Amino acid sequence: MYAYDEIDRTLVNERVSEFRDQVQRRLSGELTEDEFKMLRLQNGVYLQLHAYMFRVAIPYGTLASNQLRQLAHVARKYDRGYGHFTTRQNIQFNWIKLSDLPDALADLAEVGIHAMQTSGNNMRNVTSDQWAGVAPGEIEDPRIWSELIRQHTTLHPEFSFLPRKFKIAITASDHDRAAIKVHDIGLKLIKNEKGETGFEVLVGGGLGRTPFIGKTIKHFVHGRDLLSYIEAILRVYNQYGRRDNIYKARIKILVHELGIEKFSREVEEEWQQIRNSSLQIDDEVIEDIRSRFIYPAYEKLPHMPDELRQAAADSEFEAWRKNSVAPHKVAGYSIVTISLKPIGAPPGDATAEQMDALADLADKYSFGEIRVGHEQNLALPHVAKHDLPALWKALDQLGLATPNVNLITDIIACPGLDYCSLANARSIPIAQELTRRFANHELANLIGRLHINISGCINACGHHHVGHIGILGVEKNGEEVYQITIGGRADESAALGNLIGPGVKFDEVADVVEDIVEAYLALRERPEELFVDTVKRLGVEPFKERVYATR
Amino acid sequence: MPLVNGGKIVDDSFTKLAVDTPLPEGGDILVPAERFLADAEALLKRGGRIGVIWPNNRDIAELVPYLGKIAVVALVFPSFRDGRAYSQARLLRERYNYRGELRATGQVLRDQFVFMLRAGFDSFEVKKQADAEAFMQTAKRYSVFYQPTGDGRITALHRRMQLRHSEGVGT
Repeated sequence: MYAYDEIDRTLVNERVSEFRDQVQRRLSGELTEDEFKMLRLQNGVYLQLHAYMFRVAIPYGTLASNQLRQLAHVARKYDRGYGHFTTRQNIQFNWIKLSDLPDALADLAEVGIHAMQTSGNNMRNVTSDQWAGVAPGEIEDPRIWSELIRQHTTLHPEFSFLPRKFKIAITASDHDRAAIKVHDIGLKLIKNEKGETGFEVLVGGGLGRTPFIGKTIKHFVHGRDLLSYIEAILRVYNQYGRRDNIYKARIKILVHELGIEKFSREVEEEWQQIRNSSLQIDDEVIEDIRSRFIYPAYEKLPHMPDELRQAAADSEFEAWRKNSVAPHKVAGYSIVTISLKPIGAPPGDATAEQMDALADLADKYSFGEIRVGHEQNLALPHVAKHDLPALWKALDQLGLATPNVNLITDIIACPGLDYCSLANARSIPIAQELTRRFANHELANLIGRLHINISGCINACGHHHVGHIGILGVEKNGEEVYQITIGGRADESAALGNLIGPGVKFDEVADVVEDIVEAYLALRERPEELFVDTVKRLGVEPFKERVYATR
Repeated sequence: MPLVNGGKIVDDSFTKLAVDTPLPEGGDILVPAERFLADAEALLKRGGRIGVIWPNNRDIAELVPYLGKIAVVALVFPSFRDGRAYSQARLLRERYNYRGELRATGQVLRDQFVFMLRAGFDSFEVKKQADAEAFMQTAKRYSVFYQPTGDGRITALHRRMQLRHSEGVGT
């Protein structure tokens, strides 16, 4: 956990007071909607289809139990009793009144939570591996650097009015859980031959209307130069990024149009001018941030405690354990992923009661810490193995023990037409139908790891391009039509999916997915070959044939 | 538009000239970049102070040879959403050591004052009278700053270091 000090708290409170003033000026008519729009977006407030939507940052996905309880409180007091965890390590509230927002922000500020820059054309919430600090084999905890970047990019005086939004993600593991290749800047923590900490820097990735996989702009940037290098990229982007066309304003378009070589020369030139400035980070600063991350006092515990051995006789527990429990860097502990994808429910939603109960479970079993992943699931990062059976029982009672993490019903979906004013098609009902189709755990387990991503419009909040099966809703002649891609992935081998053929109607989507899955089961070389690897080996054709032969 | 300079609403002594407005005999003038660059030597020789209105899509480095002789650089915010002039301002102050008046013009609202001050602006053509009047109060909205810029304010990181060191003295 990162502990805010008085300095951080002061800034958050000053921000709340500024926003209170801005809301008042809007309500009195002193600010026009056009003027207010940018200001509210910079505070995470969207005007959606039915109401204001409020997006709260969960930097690098780390939450303390008291913070989760406060999110539950906001859901209960100002909203309709639930929140929606998104692909951006955020939580969104969908039904909040504008006049309540300053109070909601003030309540969140009490526990060091804010909504700064969760929207708008500025640097967004820094995201990272939800297993940061506990994943076996990571170089070091990437959240220390995430926090450094979070601070540096918060209310940045030069980059708060960029051509478009700007997203940074960091990983420190070979297995990338932060999807760094589909971010404006992706950072991979590495060590050089001298053992010094630095970063491979990728730039120009992103989804949306024009998807790109990020390209490496620099193989090694020393940790002390990280901020100046990021600042150089942003300065080039701020000056040369397009502002004439919103669809071409992201940095990926600038990188694409200039080419990575020319773009990196521009950045290099700028960087050489500023790298030895006050942006250089000395070890002392990093150590100060590191010292404010508090790690649990782990005990020496057995690898296979009796409780776990006994519980293994329960097939339901075992199904959950195999699916939801991952190795921890400390022996005797586990990382537990909590599926927010129960069968038939909207992906990523949690009620205030569930949030409160999870906060209690985190206190009891995970040193008061909770993580939020971009897959719209939560995790308890430090569970002693002997507590797993008791935790499972408690989660099951809350409806939070669905054993489907990474399986076909662990669907990522945007809110779609049910909530979003940008959407052209529904996402949630498609996800709900698919979870019902594949509700059988044995079947889902037989299929193995398979990610379905659904977006209700081209903006790709559901990251459909990088779904093993991607589903994109579009509108055609007044009807919802869904384009299906296969072979995408968001991990270290990130790739964009390929279209299998013409779009299909709302009612046909689940059938088509079933056809694709059946084709995969028949085509895979062995049970361990993942769907996405079969697609890579065989291409789109056999799946296309299976889907369209009878349609 | 009211002009705020040094934290106060002041009279603007500069007359803005378009590209083709006849040159007045005396007095302070603000001229567009292309007019200035076309005839810089002659303009600088004339009596009265001179300022340049620099568009946000032109490389500010072109102005560098003249910076020592210019009284005002006016940067442009065609919309408050367009933040290019923030980069230009920081380059002028931090890279090119420009010490004259740096003026923000265009869609300048109170909600941008802090960002502008931090980027190096010290003069503001404010769109709304009420915002100009609220200048001092708005400018003091924040006491914590995370990033180093050329404005000399101490950053949160360094304030923490200072606190840590001062606490360490007696122990």
